Amino acid sequence: MEKMPKWADIFLIPVVSLVLAAIFSAIVILAIGEDPWAAVKLMVKGALGSTYAWGYTLYYATNFVFTGLAVAVAFHARMFNIGGEGQAMLGGLGVALVCLYIPWPHWSLALIGASVGAALFGAAWAAIPAFLQAKRGSHIVITTIMFNFIANALLVYLLVNVLKPVGMMEPATAKFPKLVQLPSFRDMFSTADTIMFRGAPANITFFVAVAACVVVWLLIWRTRLGYELRAFGHSESAAKYAGIKPTKIIMVSMLISGALAGMMAINNVMGEAERLVLNAVEGAGFIGIAVALMGRSHPFGVFLAALLFGFLYQGGAELALWTSIPREMIVVIQALVILFTGALDNMVRMPLERIFFSLWRKPAAKPAAAE
Amino acid sequence: MTTPAIELKGISKAFGPVQANKNINIRVMPGTIHGIIGENGAGKSTLMSILYGFYKADSGEIFINGKKTEIPDSQHAIAAGIGMVFQHFKLVENFTVLENVVLGAEDGAMLRPSLAKARSQLKQLAEEYELNVNPDAVIEEIGVGTQQRVEILKALYRQADILILDEPTGVLTPAEADQLFRILGRLKEEGKTIILITHKLREIMEITDTVSVMRRGEMTATVNTAETSPPHLAELMVGRKVLLQVDKVPAKPGEMVLEVKNLSVTDSGGVQRVKGVSFNIRAGEILGIAGVAGNGQSELLEVLGGYEFGTGEVKINGHSIDLTGRHSNGQTRRDRGIAHVPEDRQREGLIMDFMAWENIAFGYHHDPKYQKNRVFMDNVSIRADTADKMERFDVRPPNPMLQAKSFSGGNQQKIVVAREIERNPDLLLVGQPTRGVDIGAIEFIHKQIVALRDQGKAILLISVELDEIMSLSDRIAVMFDGKIMGERLPDKTNVKELGLLMAGVAGEAV
Repeated sequence: MEKMPKWADIFLIPVVSLVLAAIFSAIVILAIGEDPWAAVKLMVKGALGSTYAWGYTLYYATNFVFTGLAVAVAFHARMFNIGGEGQAMLGGLGVALVCLYIPWPHWSLALIGASVGAALFGAAWAAIPAFLQAKRGSHIVITTIMFNFIANALLVYLLVNVLKPVGMMEPATAKFPKLVQLPSFRDMFSTADTIMFRGAPANITFFVAVAACVVVWLLIWRTRLGYELRAFGHSESAAKYAGIKPTKIIMVSMLISGALAGMMAINNVMGEAERLVLNAVEGAGFIGIAVALMGRSHPFGVFLAALLFGFLYQGGAELALWTSIPREMIVVIQALVILFTGALDNMVRMPLERIFFSLWRKPAAKPAAAE
Repeated sequence: MTTPAIELKGISKAFGPVQANKNINIRVMPGTIHGIIGENGAGKSTLMSILYGFYKADSGEIFINGKKTEIPDSQHAIAAGIGMVFQHFKLVENFTVLENVVLGAEDGAMLRPSLAKARSQLKQLAEEYELNVNPDAVIEEIGVGTQQRVEILKALYRQADILILDEPTGVLTPAEADQLFRILGRLKEEGKTIILITHKLREIMEITDTVSVMRRGEMTATVNTAETSPPHLAELMVGRKVLLQVDKVPAKPGEMVLEVKNLSVTDSGGVQRVKGVSFNIRAGEILGIAGVAGNGQSELLEVLGGYEFGTGEVKINGHSIDLTGRHSNGQTRRDRGIAHVPEDRQREGLIMDFMAWENIAFGYHHDPKYQKNRVFMDNVSIRADTADKMERFDVRPPNPMLQAKSFSGGNQQKIVVAREIERNPDLLLVGQPTRGVDIGAIEFIHKQIVALRDQGKAILLISVELDEIMSLSDRIAVMFDGKIMGERLPDKTNVKELGLLMAGVAGEAV
């Protein structure tokens, strides 16, 4: 069966999926007696209408870029890493330890140190399920999801019993020293007379996330390791024929994946909260799965999908704040987007392919040999 | 003049921009065996799928016994008296023969009466067509040839008058194939109409009354088998004259390259697949290993290729190689000068979603000339190398940026062969080099293998195509049940003797 050209595959299908998700969301909002058009306007204004709004949207997007890349890298090796949530929690622990116990002279050095700490802790948390998969064949989906719960329990224990400063009422670490505070967008973009991004949590980590996209792209498509990773992901039997070691690929892909998930903590723990609290990850690990699916496991796609989900997150929060649309309904809308863009990909793809070919039959007389 | 059992008029079918069948006309007379021959991708299977209701033709008409018939699904095909025996059997492995025959044709909710009826009918059919099968045998415990007979019985039980067989001899020994042909002959005598789809010229010549040739979706000719010859048919299939016989000078064996002593392989399920096999190959000779698929040949190739474990001793150029898999894998074998064209190019030899250039580097992606520096691969030079190899091996279309899956079977195989032969290996392992490959490409690949031999390289050829083994090998070993049943010289043996060895009969094990 001939395929649609690449541009249609990459852009048309997500757009149609999004439109469908929007239509269904509108119906849901209508059904509870609210005005969908007003809701859309509120979401757009709340997520994109000011530098403050953008500051939140980009903050969320930064989280999703990291977790999305984590899922994407593992997915290239056909590892379904559902443990982004737990790996990001552990990444937070790494960041907290680095920031609290090492006296950094400047935030830039602290940023490097925290990145390493976050990546190491995240990778370590992915290493155990990876090892079990590589050596024992325990399914990675089951083990990683279990490790999310273990991570949570571990964090509760550490925050309540070990890391909580004496006399504090909530399970959290002490605030990080002033010197390791990362520059926020407000610090970076405000001029003498105009203050931009006032009160918004977006910070320099956003650019780390963009750099991570570039690095992941280079890794996947330009290095020998990425080549082996993709080969293994496409066909394990062929990889064995070529002498690519399955154990190595499973371990390495999951370590990179865990490291990326862990690095999310630079944004939410170091950049925003400036201390480690429980529930710091807020489900971003799971959103990462949807982001990677929608972004077709391509770093650029992951970036765009992360922006979209950042918009939905921030827009949804505004909606809950200013309308009587309940918070749960926002989750429904987000779930619809995930459902249509991720899970129901083929539902949109097949009819679209059919329409495409009935319209395109004549111009495509010369087969689409050019890619 | 009698009415044809099947008449197809102007059948066309397109998949996207690809025209799989173009205005096909065909008449099959009742009580005859009609062959349909053509290369892979010529449209044979599409045409039969239309006849059996799997696809709907874009245009054209189907007449069964002179009556215009619509066949929207296989239920209608069965009702019209058409039975199909697929290349890959559709049997439930842990059911008995009887249960398989009844499956889908039960009379009611209760099984017992249907089974009783089927049992008596099977007995009748067995007598009528000499199709003896024990109705209570479990499918997974009977041989492939018998399983095929069950498929035929299934069709007959459903009152098929027209039987379509798709590449029926692919999995059979020569003796089993002969048996099948006898059954087909018997069916013909009883007035059944048979359509035989194959790419083997020999079968067409042996058993059919008429033959239609397909090429690139078109029916190029329909002739009486008695009035044609294999070279003529081959020419019709390919569209040019082809050399059916491989031209080669006698081998000049040199130094010992591969020594295999007492090699055994046990698979992950604990079944011993290769049982103490020993053989040698010298430089400049081709050792062919014949045998029915599944008698340990695959495991033999895999262990030599470095991705299956075994015990025993294997030496290459006098150096022992590790068989435990602890210190070796596909990479270390390549470093030793062993190249490997694997049996299954789609599962092993290629990554179908990778582009041609990525596949040319596959297995050799550590090669220094493919690296830009320690971190990055030099994709530009790999592409240039690919373009070069594609041109010399006549891969069409010669576009390194196309995905492997968008090439035809023959061109996919040429990519694998180009990659492995161009490495100038000391030992080339070749498994099923021409499976699913069109005649033109077969000719080319055979020439390349012989040319490599003439350069003084050792070649281990494993194939289930006896013709291929006979025409390429300098020595022939036959494998059965994990053992080598005997070694023969190609000019001092014949198909019959090899066939017996393949079936495990006679032959003193060496």
